[in-house]
Formats: sequence, structure tokens, C-alpha cells
Amino acid sequence: MRMKTAFAVATAALLGLTACGADDTPKDTGPVSLRMTIWTANEAHLKLFNEIAAEYRAAHPDVTEIKFDSLPFDTYTTALTTQIAGGNQPDLAWILENSAPDFVSSGALVPLDDTLKKTPGYQFEDLGASPMKLWQSQGKLYAYPFSTSPFGVFVNNDLVKKAGRPTPAELIAAGNWTWDTALQTAAAVNAATGKAGLVVRDFDYKAWQNLASFWGGWGAQAWSTDGKTCGFDKSEMVEAMTTLHKAIFTDKALPGPGVSADFFAGDAAMTITQISRASLLKNQFGWDLVPLPQGRVGSYAVFGQAGIGVFKKGKHAAAAQEFLAFMTSPANSAKLAAYFPPPRTSQQTAETLAKTNPLLKPEQLQKVVVDGIAKGTVGPSHAGFAELSQTVRAGLDPLWQPQADVKAVLSGVCAKIAPQLAKQ
Amino acid sequence: MRLRSRTADRLAGWLFVAPQLAGSAVFVFAPLCLVLWYSLHEWNVLAGSFEFVGAGNYEVLLSDPSLPSVLRATGIFSVGLVVFNLSLALLLAVLLNQRLRGLAVYRTLFFSPVVVSLVAWTIVWGFLLQSNGGVNGLLQAVGVEGPNWLRTGPTAMVSVIAVQVFKNVGLNMVLFLAALQGVPGELYEAAQLDGASAWTRFRRITVPMISPTILLTSIITVVGSLQVFAQIAVLTQGGPGTSTTVLVYYLYQQAFQFHHFGYGSTLAILLFVIVLALTLVQWRLRRKWVVHEQ
Repeated sequence: MRMKTAFAVATAALLGLTACGADDTPKDTGPVSLRMTIWTANEAHLKLFNEIAAEYRAAHPDVTEIKFDSLPFDTYTTALTTQIAGGNQPDLAWILENSAPDFVSSGALVPLDDTLKKTPGYQFEDLGASPMKLWQSQGKLYAYPFSTSPFGVFVNNDLVKKAGRPTPAELIAAGNWTWDTALQTAAAVNAATGKAGLVVRDFDYKAWQNLASFWGGWGAQAWSTDGKTCGFDKSEMVEAMTTLHKAIFTDKALPGPGVSADFFAGDAAMTITQISRASLLKNQFGWDLVPLPQGRVGSYAVFGQAGIGVFKKGKHAAAAQEFLAFMTSPANSAKLAAYFPPPRTSQQTAETLAKTNPLLKPEQLQKVVVDGIAKGTVGPSHAGFAELSQTVRAGLDPLWQPQADVKAVLSGVCAKIAPQLAKQ
Repeated sequence: MRLRSRTADRLAGWLFVAPQLAGSAVFVFAPLCLVLWYSLHEWNVLAGSFEFVGAGNYEVLLSDPSLPSVLRATGIFSVGLVVFNLSLALLLAVLLNQRLRGLAVYRTLFFSPVVVSLVAWTIVWGFLLQSNGGVNGLLQAVGVEGPNWLRTGPTAMVSVIAVQVFKNVGLNMVLFLAALQGVPGELYEAAQLDGASAWTRFRRITVPMISPTILLTSIITVVGSLQVFAQIAVLTQGGPGTSTTVLVYYLYQQAFQFHHFGYGSTLAILLFVIVLALTLVQWRLRRKWVVHEQ
């Protein structure tokens, strides 16, 4: 009897729970409250978003709230998918380039073409083909690439001068800004000042995809463009990683594993990152922003991307699309350009970007951003990226030891990811 | 009349246990049943698909090439933690059971990490264990070149075990201390008169008398060790390589990072079975090594 009752209670609770979970049909009536998940918590970024949202709400009284929900960058995609699994998907979400193939092909996102094209004054044809490529599937756009941000090198000129080295700007003028001279400068700063030389921001010997900005100089790729062939054991990758390994462990041009150094706090001579990080500069030291040094393949560029998608199962998918069209209209896109280089061809000029980027000189914007988008390639992405990335990280771990056999480690990475690449 | 009062009694009984029962049903039994249900499905969160695959995930489990290394890491962590934690806790309890000056200060000191936030504790240790961090700074002061703790396999495992032991040893210490104080002093006096050495007194009197507490602490510690997550997530993310990828962290990766919620649930069932089996074994063993239990 007791057992029966307990079982009945448990079953009732179970049914109650599953019933709650099943109620996820889209509703688009009554007051609308929109939520967009983002990975920035930067005050300046949020202020701009809230201004755009306030303007939209003023014209749309039915929209009672537009909330920007900041999730930590490191675990962003995990947190987002957990929300989706819990039936609590946002209406709109930022999507990282590396998980773009998963989201675009999932069927979870609403195709945006129709809404954007029919929005008066949107100028859909102004969106560049190159920034849109990653976010399209079968001719439909599934997320708006609101940020196409090339990697550049921020330089602490004070530290470089203290080490008695020519600044990167001087090296560029002399036609000698190459990875060889860049790493020499980094090593010299470390030897002379004890501060870190070059920091690949956010890499921390784990997020290996950030190294694409380095190995791109050798023409290396993590995998082939079709995603089927491993690139880690190719000669250009072995050469790039051998250079990097020597720079870390022999020349001390980069801080080793387990050593933290923040460029923006003045702890490093150079850092590779995107221009949106310029907002972290506090003018405590003389700084510059220069393009990536020339590699074996000459000048090259790598950019990161972020898209905004609208979820089909969100409660207000139609309203979310309309807001996205407003947020990325020509006028608002120009405002967002302060931090996020837009996909609009007409706005990818140094003059437009300079208007909203008081910290950066037109010359810096031209060289790093405009030229970077024109000639750059996007960082690694692949279907099932999280699992693939984890396998690569574990495979690369033995490389971050002083005595590592670079070629053997890289071949090992390929052996480990081959089954995952073959699945595609 | 009697029948009616018996029914009323029964109803009152049910009402008294109702809040606890409801809590257990909603937060324990229901999720447990749901996890079992999910483990029979292939659940793609992004696509929103939820397909019944029967024993498919369990077949994957048996042929998963990563599972042996995950179980090995889990075993090493659990054994290391249980041995290190219980022996240190018992040692501290015996030392602090003496008449010492400033006893309360020592007891508070060793217990205080238990009440510190786990993540905050782990983050601080993460800084201390960096290659240029506090631990190596101390070692350098005495002329020892410390290793890069979290970046090589064996030292990374030792580090996560040590961080966990220092966090929780205080709790077991307090339990041991309470048990030690319950051992009647006359037993020691009698043994001393019989000429028993300190070690013999410890082995023949202390250990048997506190054996119920040893059982309790070992069950708590074993179960806790199998559920370790935050330390791994903060300190090593399962690395270097997969050397610290323990079962719960692997489950998290599969479900939340790789979006294999069905397979993640299968791993949760595996964890449940392991914990249940170990607890049953310990419970059975109590007859052998727990003294004075009815």
C-alpha cells in the first residue's frame, strides 16, 4: 500500500514536470518582452544596446522590455544550450563563429532574409558576401553577422622602447614587421623588463583556436575548408608550431603555461586580440594597434565573427526578428561599429569606423579592420565544434612542455580527431 | 470507532511526512526517473529532436574509447581523496583531542575551509598553483624548483586531490573529534595499567570505539569524491590531456558541452549504479569492522 502510494506520488510529480516542459509553443500575443543572450558585460557596450532598445520601445509600445542577458564568455555556448534544454530559450542570441555550423544547420533558428529584406530602408544588398558566408545554409541567412572583427596586435610602446627595440610602427615603416622581428621584440622585452613579451589573448594554453591568428601566417589551417581533412600534421602547421614552441620555451617571447599576464594592465609588450578590446585601454601607457606581422605567406589576416540569431521556439519570434532588423539598420549598424565592425560594405571604411572609434586612428582602422576584413579568413569552425575542440585541446597538451616533439604531438592530434572529422 | 481513530492516525502520519515526501518526489525521484528516461533517447537540444533509441546509449557506453581513462581518473581521485582525507582527519582529531593551549583556535582554523565557498576556494588555489604562483614561490624560498602543478598529469591529479582534502578535512576531523570524546577514559586507564603502548591503545581501543564514525565518514567521503566537479572545472578542465577527466566532469562535457544529453544521462545512470554499489558494499562490510553496532 505504502509503496503504491509513493509510486503514485512520484508518477504524478513526473507527469507534472513533463507537462511543464511540453508547453513551449510560440505565442505572439499580448505585451512582448524580449531577451537576448550576449557574452559581453562591458558597460559601454550595454549602454549602447540599451539606447537602441529604448529607441525601439518608444516606437513599439507593445514591447514592454528588451533585456540583454550577459553570460560569461568562457562558457557561453554551454550556458545557452542549457537554457534551450531547459525550455528557457532566449528570443535572440549571440552566436560564436566556432559554433555557427551547429546552430545554422540545427533548424533552431528562423531564416532572416524575408524580414530584413522587407524592412523599409534596410539595404539588405549592402551586407557583404564574405561576412555572411558562415551564417548561411542553402541560400538562407540564419544569423546576422553583427561583428566581423579582425585580429590585430596591440602594442605597449613604452615597454618596447624600454627594451631598446624599434616599435612595430617603425618596423612596418621599414617593411620589416614579420613574425621573426615581432618575436625578437617580445623576447627582448621579457629579457630586459621581466614583463611578458607577447600574449595571445584568451588562449591560456587551452583555447587553441585563438592560435589561428598566429599559424595563419604560415598558411596553416586546423582542417581543410570542407572540414574533412586534418591540417595539424601538414608541413606549414608543423613549421608554425615549431616556431611558436621555440618562442615560448627557448626565447621566452611568450609567457609559458600557467603564467598569467594582462596586456591591458601593462603586464605585456604585445597582445593579439580584436578591436572590441580597445575599450579596455586606460591610457596608462603609450599604445598602438598594428596589423598581424607578416608570416611565411606574406601579409594575412584572421577575423573572428559573431552572429545574432532568432530562435523559432522563442515566445516572440516575429517581434524578435523585427527588433533585430531595427538593431542592425544602417543607422544603428553605424553606431554598433564603435565596437563591432559591421558586415555592411558601405560602412567598412576607415572614415565611418573612425567616427565611432575615438580611441583608434583612421590609419589603424584602415590597416587592421578594413584591410583585415577584405583579405582575412575566419577562425576555425566546424559542426560538433565543442567536442572536436576538446579533443584537439587534450591532444595539444603534450606540446606545452619544454621537451615536446612538435611533429609527433601534431600527428597525434590528427590521429585523435580523424574519426570526428570523418563523421561529417 | 477504533478503526476511525486508526485511519486518522494513519492520515496524520502521512501528513507529517508529506512535505519531506513531496520534496523527495520532486527533487530526487522525479529527476532520477527522468534521467533514466532520457538515457533511452537521443536528444539534440539545438534541433529540438528527441528520439527513442532504446539501449543505444548503453551500447555506446560499453564501446566508448574514453571511458576506461575516465574511470581510471575517477578511481585514482577517489582512492587518493579517501585515503588522504580520512588519515589526515583522524590525525588532526587525535592531535586536537589533547589538552593543548589555544585548542579552540586550532580547531577553528582547520574547520574554517569547510564554510568557505567551494568555487572561491578553488579559484584562489588555482592562482597559488600557477607556475609563478604562491606555492612555487614558497618552494623557491627554500631552494626547491616547484613543478608546473596544473599542467602535468600526475601533479595535476595530486593538486586537485589536495585542494579537495584541505577544503573538507575539517568536517571529518570534527566528526572524529566528537567520536573520540565519546570513548570512555577508563578504557585507556585500564589498558595503560595492563601495560599497553600508545599505538596498541589506539589500535585496540580508539579505532574499534570510533568505527561507526569511520564508516560514516568513509561513506560520505567516497560518495563526495565521486561527485567532484567544481575543482576539476575550475582548476584543470579535465586536463592536461584527459588525466583529470573524472566521471562527473565527463558527464558534464558530454551533456552540456557536446550536447549529447541522452548519453550524458546514461553516464549519470552509471554514476548512480557505482555510488549505490559502493555504498552497499560499505554497508555490508560494517558487520566486519564496525564494533558495538546492534
